[in-house]
Amino acid sequence: MKNSDAINVVLKRHGNDGTRLMQILRETQEALGWLSPATLTAIAAGVKWPRSRVESTAGFYSFFHTEPLGRYRVLWSDNITDRMLGNMDLMQAMCEKLWLEPGRVSADGLVSVDTTSCTGMCDQGPAILVNYRAITHMTMERIEQMVELIHNQTPIEKWPVEWFVIEDNIRRADILLTNAMPPGEALRISFARGAADEVETSFSERSWHESMQASDIGASATLDEIKKSALRGRGGAGFTTGLKWEACHNAPGRTRYVVCNADEGEPGTFKDRVLLTRQPDLILEGMTVAAYIIGASKGFVYLRGEYRYLLEPLNAVLAKRRQLGLLGENILGREGFNFDIEVHLGAGAYVCGEESALIESLEGKRGVPRNRPPYPVTNGFLNQPTVVNNVETFASAALIAAKGGDWYRSFGSARSTGTKILSVSGDCERPGIYEYPFGVTVRQVLEECGAHNTQAVQVSGPSGICLNRDEFDRRIAFGDVPTAGAFMIFGQQRDIFEVVRNFVHFFAHESCGFCTPCRVGTTLLKNLVDKIADGNGTRTDIDEIFHLNRLLQTTAHCGLGHTACNPLLYTLEKFRPAYERRLKLLKFVPAFDLDAALSQARQMTGRDDAGAHLETHSEIAQ
Amino acid sequence: MSETNTFILDDQEIPFTPGQSVMQAALTAGVFIPHLCYHPEFRPHGSCKLCTVKINGRPATSCTTPAAHGMEVESNTPEILDKRRTLLQMLLVEGNHFCPSCEKSGFCKLQALGYELGVMTPRFNLMYPTRPVDASHPDVLLDFNRCILCELCIRASTEVDGKFVFALSGRGIKKHLVVNAESGRLADTNFSLTDKAAQVCPVGVILPKRKGFAVPYGERHFDDAPISTHVDEFKPVMPGQGGRS
Repeated sequence: MKNSDAINVVLKRHGNDGTRLMQILRETQEALGWLSPATLTAIAAGVKWPRSRVESTAGFYSFFHTEPLGRYRVLWSDNITDRMLGNMDLMQAMCEKLWLEPGRVSADGLVSVDTTSCTGMCDQGPAILVNYRAITHMTMERIEQMVELIHNQTPIEKWPVEWFVIEDNIRRADILLTNAMPPGEALRISFARGAADEVETSFSERSWHESMQASDIGASATLDEIKKSALRGRGGAGFTTGLKWEACHNAPGRTRYVVCNADEGEPGTFKDRVLLTRQPDLILEGMTVAAYIIGASKGFVYLRGEYRYLLEPLNAVLAKRRQLGLLGENILGREGFNFDIEVHLGAGAYVCGEESALIESLEGKRGVPRNRPPYPVTNGFLNQPTVVNNVETFASAALIAAKGGDWYRSFGSARSTGTKILSVSGDCERPGIYEYPFGVTVRQVLEECGAHNTQAVQVSGPSGICLNRDEFDRRIAFGDVPTAGAFMIFGQQRDIFEVVRNFVHFFAHESCGFCTPCRVGTTLLKNLVDKIADGNGTRTDIDEIFHLNRLLQTTAHCGLGHTACNPLLYTLEKFRPAYERRLKLLKFVPAFDLDAALSQARQMTGRDDAGAHLETHSEIAQ
Repeated sequence: MSETNTFILDDQEIPFTPGQSVMQAALTAGVFIPHLCYHPEFRPHGSCKLCTVKINGRPATSCTTPAAHGMEVESNTPEILDKRRTLLQMLLVEGNHFCPSCEKSGFCKLQALGYELGVMTPRFNLMYPTRPVDASHPDVLLDFNRCILCELCIRASTEVDGKFVFALSGRGIKKHLVVNAESGRLADTNFSLTDKAAQVCPVGVILPKRKGFAVPYGERHFDDAPISTHVDEFKPVMPGQGGRS
């Protein structure tokens, strides 16, 4: 098939709709290997967008490439948990066997190897993506086989199937993960709330007006249950779900949308992956209940690109639900209740986890957070009222719709009701998924996952909080230690500075670049931390970190910039020696390393003797 | 009841018409708030963050925040001036800014704000990004080395010229301007020197060819007085209107 034919097939599948640009770009890339300048021109013509706008979107996302990156693109997940499992040595070994440098394409254009932000496989790392398909448990043995397969140009479909097995590792299940409700149950009960007070009449006998009123009663009664449950958003911000849905319901609009945020990008978080695998019906049902309450007819699951392998299974569940009458027109025979859901795949951009950036991405644009207000509940997808909630929130809402707010409140604590799923990784015997009622102590989690000699726990990922040994009696709850789900454990043997360095690099890589303080500041922080790592740090550099933090916290455009300094701040306060032992006693040392700058000259002249080096700092110290 | 529509900006009472932003009201009243991505003719988007003020104690961009009666706005305080200086230093190290060789010197808002706010050093290490110039167009030179990513040319080309000549690509520190051509060359777009987008660059990226250093030192735009005294140039086109939308 010619390139232009392949592009046209994709364009046609998406009705030449520019708001579907992300899917068009991904599917075209899957067909053609990369997005060449001519391909972008053809796509722009197809969706009738200026070419510059198409290039703008394509250039934003890590998983779209506008340069050829080889038939095999290997990306090593670079979360700190992967590092602790030795991913850097393995990647280096792989590069040596393939005769290439990280970030470069092999001379024959066959393969490239690079790092990527956490792929959400922290309990089964070191993990990689090969052509955006997830492979876990990397070992030297697997690398040897893989290099062989790549050299022989064996298609990925013929690689050993066991490599692509993703484990759920559910270690503790509670109300969400033990759910066995048949699909449709929560919807039926929600509808019945409207009918309960009424005289028994079949739907066909009712006038349209009556049925709408009944629907309104069921919807408002179910909303009352959600409100009564005191459910709060599970994505990190903790906004009260019932109030969000009510605001969206009350907002004027032509139509309304329900969006499930499955862009689980916070390093160390993988609970949504397991929920999407084990409880897809519960999540989709929660979205449908939301649609019923707010009056939406269209929903999206924004699935992170790293979870590409979940696309087909989720589409199969959607198809099944359509068959069962749980999606589509007149859901469960309820006239006028039309709602369908579509999976939208992201393409490697952490910032799209921010709800307004996610909506921009859904519209085919760069994932840049919007100016707020207005908020998505009034001006969301295509400027219409939109509810955006986390995967776990929708799953919880479905349970509440079926079993009621009072039932839900019986779990957890008064102000943090229900359960929370933790993604446990790092130094412990049993990494994996742990669902607890809110209020569990950090210590209990550590005991149950088999963590010994724990030095620190990073809760809620790099943007979250770092707890030291004195704080392990604190509780996972909105009022104490809130979390989006990540729980990374660091044993006594770990160097906390290296943990922080990994996080700081992460923020620099993921800044969207919209505002000056975050775009430049995150890179300046990265440079400062690297300078300290290189042994050239001084007290002045520590002061500069605090100075930059004050700037980012007050002037950055969104949460990414506001929290980018958190890892540094928490650990400078609690793990100061990790920094101190690296610092020079001097007040100031320039970051510019004259001796390192001479390395090119040494390389060119083939010299590496003492005379080809400047005096080193350590020599001066002696 | 316009007399009830006022807010306090650094101890000065500023009147406003409903719908005006804090920035627009301040500029209309003749009070300068430093800015780079704001332009009176375009809808503000608040990316450069130089116009950050404190409103009732909370930081906010004055170009995107609607004025409200009774607000207390701090702008000219040591704390905020320090932040603005740092933001300018960030922009200065992010690109390649060498004023003595720049045709825009004396007319450049980045340079003028540097003088205004007393930026004496770059503070951070220069990043020296590689940003090739585009001299393909017969009438216009694009020197991306100086781009501060304010998006004014993008907004002008999109909203006024209807040409979409400019857009952003890349992410984070690698974000950069691109032009609307498969070749990536300005010559292959329908850009013209008479476009609005050719007039709005606050720094020295979009330059007319065959006309450089035409004004002698001492007579250049910002030679006479600091940028803050040029406040009339930044006043909203029509008071009370939020620019194009």
